[in-house]
Amino acid sequence: MLTIAGIAAQLTELMLAVLLAPLFTGWVNMCRAWMQNKSAPPLLTPYRVLLKLFNKEPVLAQNASPLFRITPYIIFGCMCLAAAIVPTLDINLPFNAAADAIALVGLFALARVFMSLAAMDIGTAFGTLGARREMMIGFLAEPALLMVLFTASLISGSTSLSSIVGQLGRMELMIYPSLAFAGVAFTMVSLAENARIPVDNPATHLELTMIHEAMLLEYSGRHLALMEWAASLKLFAYSCIGIALFVPFGIADGGNWLGILISLPVLAVKLAAGGFLLALIESVSAKMRIFRAPEFLGTAFLLAVLAMLIHFLLES
Amino acid sequence: MALSLPSQFINLLAAMMLLIAFAMLSQRRVLTLINLFALQGLTLTLSTLLVAWATSQPHLYWSALITFLLKVLLLPWILHRLVRKLNVKWDIETLINIPMTMIVGIVLVILAFNLALPISALAGTITRSTLGIALAIVLLAFLMMITRSKAIPQVIGFLAMENGLFFAATSATYGMPMVVELGIALDVLVGMVILGVFFFQIREHFDSLDIRHLEKLKED
Repeated sequence: MLTIAGIAAQLTELMLAVLLAPLFTGWVNMCRAWMQNKSAPPLLTPYRVLLKLFNKEPVLAQNASPLFRITPYIIFGCMCLAAAIVPTLDINLPFNAAADAIALVGLFALARVFMSLAAMDIGTAFGTLGARREMMIGFLAEPALLMVLFTASLISGSTSLSSIVGQLGRMELMIYPSLAFAGVAFTMVSLAENARIPVDNPATHLELTMIHEAMLLEYSGRHLALMEWAASLKLFAYSCIGIALFVPFGIADGGNWLGILISLPVLAVKLAAGGFLLALIESVSAKMRIFRAPEFLGTAFLLAVLAMLIHFLLES
Repeated sequence: MALSLPSQFINLLAAMMLLIAFAMLSQRRVLTLINLFALQGLTLTLSTLLVAWATSQPHLYWSALITFLLKVLLLPWILHRLVRKLNVKWDIETLINIPMTMIVGIVLVILAFNLALPISALAGTITRSTLGIALAIVLLAFLMMITRSKAIPQVIGFLAMENGLFFAATSATYGMPMVVELGIALDVLVGMVILGVFFFQIREHFDSLDIRHLEKLKED
């Protein structure tokens, strides 16, 4: 349904995602500081960091190839596209028809591959180490994420995210044990994918166990700004997928502006709660040894498979 | 597709029991393992109560009460005391590594679900779809007994298996006759006490609770 109104709604949603993503990151940081009894950084700190980085001149290593330079743009583009595919405000958006849940996972994988290549491009030890760890996390997290999405598709009978959300949102209230399992698995996967605490620590820049930060070490200036922004967007997109799959109530489904106006504060409340929950998980858990990460993600995969099996046994 | 509300809750509790069974399978610490066992007992109590209420079967209230007293309070307490007395709080050794155990566990769950499908198609109880889960819990407890080399986790596996059997009885036929149930409860209790004495004997002889020592026939 490619109408002017649809495109306008799509653009609004995309702009909102791109502009609000750093705010969400700031909110998570703020909650985390509160829980650790520290004075919280202002909510707008991520924007200031981005502004500062955009004003700085990027410094490139002498042996940096063009791949290193274009990677930030590719990753930022991937994350924008992902944020556009995930239904946040309205399920009836033109972009939603373009790619389904499997394509979304592929999009995240594309960003991951480019990020790892760029990290290895300079040839420093840290970059290569980060890239290898990232690939290890990735190949374990992706099947689990796919299984979670398959469970949701089995319940709603479609792999397109917008129809999944539409189906789940419209159904009568019923307990789905399989969705509960899938929800736990999804939380574990998103912690790993977004470099959050049990797997990686987002707050450090120099630690031998870092994964995500190790890949960004060589970036500076506007490139680093784009990478950071893309990371915020990824966190935002994952939170929105979680909200869309597990608490889809209150999303607009007609493509009219009134529905979007209503669903905006609903989304804001859900995101605030989600961010609080993320900060809580991060505060109460300790960082794992890197070799425990496969076990953690293996458990996530197991839960997702159990969710599918339980769907067949109890709900069909 | 329209399940009644109690049956939805029973399904949820069944799923939770399966989750706890997997958590026990992957657990490395003895104390957490005991707590998980108590939690499984509590879930079992809740689901039995719910079945009793939904189907108005008064004898199931008694079963729930026995389950609660025995499996949530008494047995975990005995186990905690044993662990304290034997001073065996350290990590559990597994014979196969944990991710491998989990994969075997998944295969067992698929097997149990397939096995239970034709049976539950015949049954007319409110809980018929949970029969597969009950079977899976029994098999997972078996797996836990096989893959652990220390005595205490093996006993917990045995007790968890009894949980699964009880759950299977509730889901297939609304529980066993009271006499059988009381007998089993007593058996479990006595078994636990005897095994407790056994632990001390094993440790006195071999200076460890590793039951692989028992495989030797002669003393060298």
